[in-house]
Amino acid sequence: MAVLTYLEAIRQGLWEEMERDERVFLLGEDIGVYGGAFKVTEGFLEHFGEERVIDTPISEAAIVGAAIGAALLGMRPVAEMQFIDFISCAFDQITNMAAKSRYRWGAGVPIVVRGPCGGGVHGGPFHSQNVEAYFFHTPGLKIVEPATAYDAKGLIKAAIRDEDPVLYFEHKYLYRRIKEEVPEEDYIVPIGKAAIRRPGKDLTIISYGWMLHKSLDAAHQLAAEGIDAEVIDLRTLLPLDDETILSSAAKTGKVLIVHEDTRTGGIAGEIALRITERVFEYLDGPILRVTAPDTPVPYSPPLEEFFLPQVEEIVAAARWLALY
Amino acid sequence: MGILTREQLLEIYYYMKLTRTIEERLTHLYRQGKIVGGLYRSLGQEGESVASAYALEPGDFIAPMIRNLGSLLVRGVKPWEIFTQYMARGTSPTRGKDSVVHFGSVERGIIPPISHLGDLIPVMAGIALASKMKRLRSVALTYIGDGGTSTGVFHEGLNFAAVFKLPLIVVAEDNGYAYSTPKHKQMAIENIADRAIGYGIFGETVDGNDVEAVYAATRRAVERARQGLGPTLLEVKTFRMRGHAEHDDARYVPAELFEHWRQKDPIDRLVRYLRENNLASEDDLAGIDSRIDAEVEHDLRYAEQSPMPDPSIALQDVYYEGVGSFPPSLEREPTYRRT
Ligand SMILES: Cc1ncc(C[n+]2csc(CCOP(=O)(O)OP(=O)(O)O)c2C)c(N)n1
Repeated sequence: MAVLTYLEAIRQGLWEEMERDERVFLLGEDIGVYGGAFKVTEGFLEHFGEERVIDTPISEAAIVGAAIGAALLGMRPVAEMQFIDFISCAFDQITNMAAKSRYRWGAGVPIVVRGPCGGGVHGGPFHSQNVEAYFFHTPGLKIVEPATAYDAKGLIKAAIRDEDPVLYFEHKYLYRRIKEEVPEEDYIVPIGKAAIRRPGKDLTIISYGWMLHKSLDAAHQLAAEGIDAEVIDLRTLLPLDDETILSSAAKTGKVLIVHEDTRTGGIAGEIALRITERVFEYLDGPILRVTAPDTPVPYSPPLEEFFLPQVEEIVAAARWLALY
Repeated sequence: MGILTREQLLEIYYYMKLTRTIEERLTHLYRQGKIVGGLYRSLGQEGESVASAYALEPGDFIAPMIRNLGSLLVRGVKPWEIFTQYMARGTSPTRGKDSVVHFGSVERGIIPPISHLGDLIPVMAGIALASKMKRLRSVALTYIGDGGTSTGVFHEGLNFAAVFKLPLIVVAEDNGYAYSTPKHKQMAIENIADRAIGYGIFGETVDGNDVEAVYAATRRAVERARQGLGPTLLEVKTFRMRGHAEHDDARYVPAELFEHWRQKDPIDRLVRYLRENNLASEDDLAGIDSRIDAEVEHDLRYAEQSPMPDPSIALQDVYYEGVGSFPPSLEREPTYRRT
């Protein structure tokens, strides 16, 4: 097995799907000759040609709209947003056209919209956002966000093979910082399944994306204090894996949810309520969340550092909860 | 040529050279790791940016894009504001919250962009609309790249302004590439200004590296706007002499193109014109250059000595009532539960 970075794993997943299925094609800004702003699609144009690796004008609504149209004719388009922040320009196509298609007239729209999300690289307010909450509220969409290289490859493959629109958020901070052995053979990571990354009995920490790694670091520190935290990686944000979330909550009785996205209206709120609705009697403390505060993502390093949830904050919240 | 006086030409020279000098210093800072985000230069395009802004008057509004440092300098923005902004210092116009030319002030007639290309055009149409409602006679001018004209909002904004005959000027900068994408992959027309006809507005294409041509065309647009004749789509043909940003080596641009456009450098061209027409001596130009160097060095020192912002300001100026308090107020919550 080769050791791949998170970025290489996405790349390999895309590559294999294009080899496997002629209907798969890519479209987006600067993805061809340049190989994409982060070089995810480097070398694709040379190998697959201009018909399957399409450099588009700066027109996110047209990129996604065209993907939808092509999908309706049986193609499997994968649309890249240069930064996921620009997905807002295609909001209507995604939430109204793609998401409601199957419900209205039975036609699935098998598109993938993917792109780099998240902060940590001083990208400022428009190149650092986590946009899941905008789409989390829209029935008809699926949302995934891998935290590991293995999942990055398995989830992009699952997303491409899915019969419905999937938003695939890749965390740009992880691109070249995370690596692991990734199988060369074909595999998928099923959409809708969370993973228990660290079993534990004292409390449950639920997270995804970059914050999963911070949560694992926190769990490691907590273990030294004798607090045994179970850490769940959601992997799929929509639909949520209720089974894994609820059984862990019932087992430990204490839940901390950690996300990089801002607090109010963030998906932690929904997870917390699902837990109280279903396993309230098993809970031994309030459900806490560690999130970014309700502000845009600031540019300057000390401000961005302050904005992003830190390991110490996860540890502090978990410790408080464990002692509750 | 000849519509600009000697003094005006020297002032334009000053702003172009100031732009280039600041950006050279920024590149240096970038290489030293002192600019924590991206750096987007306007090398080769300083002429159109400066000359178009120079054609405005006090009371007019301007909204820059990433390559319009020159326009901001014309509007009175100081080098230290640029340095502190790129270096994310607490003294910067946004106090470290945003980067590049993403800052503004209504009082100074500067509306800041967001990164989403095209989004400024409807906003500037709104500035023009309010200017008309309030009988201010202010003109709103903004910029868009060849790539940015592919967005939906570009169309909506211009069409809106056209219907209401708003005093809006959109300077479309054809600089050859949008990131790595050549213009012919961005649009199926040669001249962006041809789009004006579809909106029923005035369109014009000029040589963007000829400052007098850009100034004259912008003046015409300003006059029409003030007369209530509506918006103008003014296309300037120029070239981006670097990559999209400093991290991009622009390998996708054929070397001949750089060579071709280097001959047309807007600053060299103005200097040649000034010399050939005896409008400026070597001493005049050297005097301006040393003034710029002193100003830039002074402001750069100030910026480098400026502190980083205090983390707590991250929470200022947003909806924030303590619900977002972070880390969670751990003492308060259990007490709250028990009472
Ligand atoms: C809506 C939107 N999509 C994508 C981007 C990413 N992006 C930033 S600049 C750029 C290229 C811009 O080219 P152009 O408008 O021609 O301006 P230039 O950089 O050439 O001055 C792209 C694709 C963006 N900022 N906004």
